[in-house]
Amino acid sequence: MNGESTTLADAAVVTTADAAVTATSVDVVLNGVPIVREASLEIRPGEMVAILGNNGSGKTTLMRALLGLVPHRGRIALFGTDLDDFRDWRRVGYVPQRGGILVQQATAREVVASGRLSRRRAFLPASAADRRAVDDALAEVGLAERARYPFVRLSGGQQQRVLIARALATGADLMLWDEPLAGVDRNTQELLAGVAGRLKARGATIVMVLHELGCFRPLIDRSIVLADGRVMPPGYSHHEHDHDDHDHDHEGHDHRAAHGGHEIDEVERPHTTRTGLEVG
Amino acid sequence: MDWLSLAFMQRALIAALITGLTAPAIGTFLVQRRLSLLGDGLGHLAVAGVGLALLTGVTPLPVAVAICIAGSVAIELLRESGRASGDVGLAILFYGGLSAGLLLAGLAGQGTGTLSGYLFGSLLVMTGQDLLYITILGVVIVAVAIGLLPQLFAVSADEPFARSIGLPVRLLNIVVVSLAAITVTVSMRTVGLLLVSALMVVPVATSNHLVIGFRRGLFAAMGLGALAATSGTVGSYYLNTAPGPLIVVIAITLFAISWPVSRALERRTRRVVELPDEALLAHQPTEVHPHVHQENCGHLAVQHAGHTDYVHDGHRHAAHEDHYDEH
Repeated sequence: MNGESTTLADAAVVTTADAAVTATSVDVVLNGVPIVREASLEIRPGEMVAILGNNGSGKTTLMRALLGLVPHRGRIALFGTDLDDFRDWRRVGYVPQRGGILVQQATAREVVASGRLSRRRAFLPASAADRRAVDDALAEVGLAERARYPFVRLSGGQQQRVLIARALATGADLMLWDEPLAGVDRNTQELLAGVAGRLKARGATIVMVLHELGCFRPLIDRSIVLADGRVMPPGYSHHEHDHDDHDHDHEGHDHRAAHGGHEIDEVERPHTTRTGLEVG
Repeated sequence: MDWLSLAFMQRALIAALITGLTAPAIGTFLVQRRLSLLGDGLGHLAVAGVGLALLTGVTPLPVAVAICIAGSVAIELLRESGRASGDVGLAILFYGGLSAGLLLAGLAGQGTGTLSGYLFGSLLVMTGQDLLYITILGVVIVAVAIGLLPQLFAVSADEPFARSIGLPVRLLNIVVVSLAAITVTVSMRTVGLLLVSALMVVPVATSNHLVIGFRRGLFAAMGLGALAATSGTVGSYYLNTAPGPLIVVIAITLFAISWPVSRALERRTRRVVELPDEALLAHQPTEVHPHVHQENCGHLAVQHAGHTDYVHDGHRHAAHEDHYDEH
């Protein structure tokens, strides 16, 4: 609790130089097609920010640009250091979309152990601290008993939890999660919201590309909405499509009022998703 | 066992052992990256090196190593830049290499008979110097493959994530393809340039059936590769054939045997599978489930809380109205 309030107090006074993530007029063009256009954003340490937008709005590409995974024009900085000069990758915990991983027989634990490589030296074995971090990360997502299970034989939701555990194992304080809720069941969503809540309480900065806020809704400080590759002005309502099949049990959730004073741009209540929408 | 006292057989066996260990070690990374046939292409390219060496009268192995590494790095850089338009660029490079090798060998006055000793392996022609090269390169390959195993695994499993934790992805990719190039060339006297790719891929597929885990799989594949390579070499002495084809036939036989073995192992592990966390799977319908569970359907039945779960593929399924629930 103490850590959380300190973090929020710090967040209120940070300057641009101290921002966890800064993007200034970022353009990304892939195969001649502009995907992200003049996107600017700033994410302060300790914030939990959702990047929202419809399919094809460029949100995943924007996140990949923030990590230097796709070429961009404009300026991107992590912790005040220009991306080209940024070397402190142990502070970054990335969860890519699940489909991209290629493993044959690797165990869940082996996948998670990759997260420690930003802290390990080549040709040297894993330290006790590395092994403990991997065990802790697996336990955090409730997969300690699945550690020796082949990754490919896990369910989609369990695979997603493995990828999150891999990001947790990095020990990073800046998390970038790309669609962590895609294709995972309700129970896993709630488990992941618990994981994110504990990260946030420890002061981590969390950026998530989301299709819908889902279980993360009470945790999100702020949403950045993308449409056609552009960051929409604050107050723009993201069109959460007809997710009635997912939204029907939102009433049971605790919509905490206190979000450290940050405004929530996103539609706050679940059943205004249709009436509260103006696209413009 | 009289063959053990023959110097050429001793050399052939040591070389076979090294090939059998190195080819699957590198193959594990290639298979994971869906580059199973890269070894085959590099083998074609190495033929150009052999042809050049025959024409100029130098030792073939170092020339082939150099050409093969250069080609593999070029391929990797093309792949990375996205400029290798599909497979066509690779096909041109590989068949260009094979043709150039055959042409150069022809110009050198060597027939296909000489070349076939490189294409399918040969027991008789290895010199002590060849063996020295092979041993040194083999040690380097195994040391790097095992020493950098976590890094190479991370890069071949998930390149974007590997970049996001600051791994030198391009360098590691070049390391993998360079090691593949060296492995291919080193194998030219044992399994041969046209068949080496089989030894890079088949033991990996076999180990995939038999063991769980990337690291354990890599070591199991090395063991299987060594078994196939050495037994094939000895067998070819008695059969008086080139060693390469027999090595590959043995590797594929091991693969065929591993099928039923893996099924048996799977049945056994089914019975010790840990149960998924209950809280998470309160009511989670299964995906399409064509099989109807019943008594004696072959799946482990678990009686609990007044109903019966059937265990398969790591899931526990309980009948619930018209579908099965995950338990």
